[in-house]
Amino acid sequence: MLRYLLPIVALAALVVLLAVGLRRDPGFVPSPLIGRQAPAFSLPRLDDPSRQLDLTDLAGDVALLNVWATWCGGCRQEHPFLMQLAAGRQIRIFGLNWKDDPVLATRWLADLGNPYVAVGVDQDGRAAIDWGVYGAPETFLVDATGRVLYKHIAPLTAEVWAAEFVPRIAASRAGRVP
Amino acid sequence: MTLRPLLLACLLACAWPAAAIDTEPPFADQQREALYQRLIHEVRCLVCQNQTVGDSTAPLAADLRREIRRLVEEGRSEAEIEDFLLTRYGDFVLYRPRFRAGTAVLWLAPVLLLALAGTTLAVVIRRRRRLPSDVDADEGASPEVRG
Repeated sequence: MLRYLLPIVALAALVVLLAVGLRRDPGFVPSPLIGRQAPAFSLPRLDDPSRQLDLTDLAGDVALLNVWATWCGGCRQEHPFLMQLAAGRQIRIFGLNWKDDPVLATRWLADLGNPYVAVGVDQDGRAAIDWGVYGAPETFLVDATGRVLYKHIAPLTAEVWAAEFVPRIAASRAGRVP
Repeated sequence: MTLRPLLLACLLACAWPAAAIDTEPPFADQQREALYQRLIHEVRCLVCQNQTVGDSTAPLAADLRREIRRLVEEGRSEAEIEDFLLTRYGDFVLYRPRFRAGTAVLWLAPVLLLALAGTTLAVVIRRRRRLPSDVDADEGASPEVRG
């Protein structure tokens, strides 16, 4: 009996393992930042390079840090959703303009609308490395004390927002540690 | 006249460094150059995941090479530079991730599978030996041999 059962069990285990493996996105790299203090940064603001956008500007309430660039197709795709979020006034959205031309970035916001409270310009990509950014668009959820709660890699959608962000924001605002 | 293509080929061969990915000059210090080379061929480019940052032309790879170069210039050790990358990008950034609880399966699975395969093979061979061999069975009844 064992002689037949053992190979069948082994095969079933292998099938389950491979099925799980197939469903996972090999491009997804989990962020070691989640649950930790967000890396400090101080970047010139896109609207006024003489002023800086600091990590401390995000403090006070939960906030989003959205990594975007005009060369990034996914950013254009998610832009209307960011506009919708900003209009809903549910959360403050900060932008990190990653390895981009500030002239093009300014034009992008003029043409498509500006959902950001403020945008920091990271032209050489140093701040992005500190945040473990590897592919725009990326969106970080940071709590009132500057701790990273969640990171989404890919364009933001209403589905992702409802499933991943809304519960974490509610928990954080209610003072519960998610 | 026939020399011209040959000359052209020689000149083009001289332009080979133009295809280099890392255009920065090497370190004056040989030990630092060796450390830099070792690191850029150990760190994964996260955009093009099957290349190291030393092999990739992706902008992020260039940024990571620049950061590694800066840290080497500051005189940081290999472990310190790896820590710098690990706290930002996680275990995946190293082609040979460090051995710890989260990566134990990755490191031990091949050894365990090899041991399992070896044990299975040994058991099968031992069982086969105990059985009467095919040759013996044939000799016991070989009607064709009678001729």
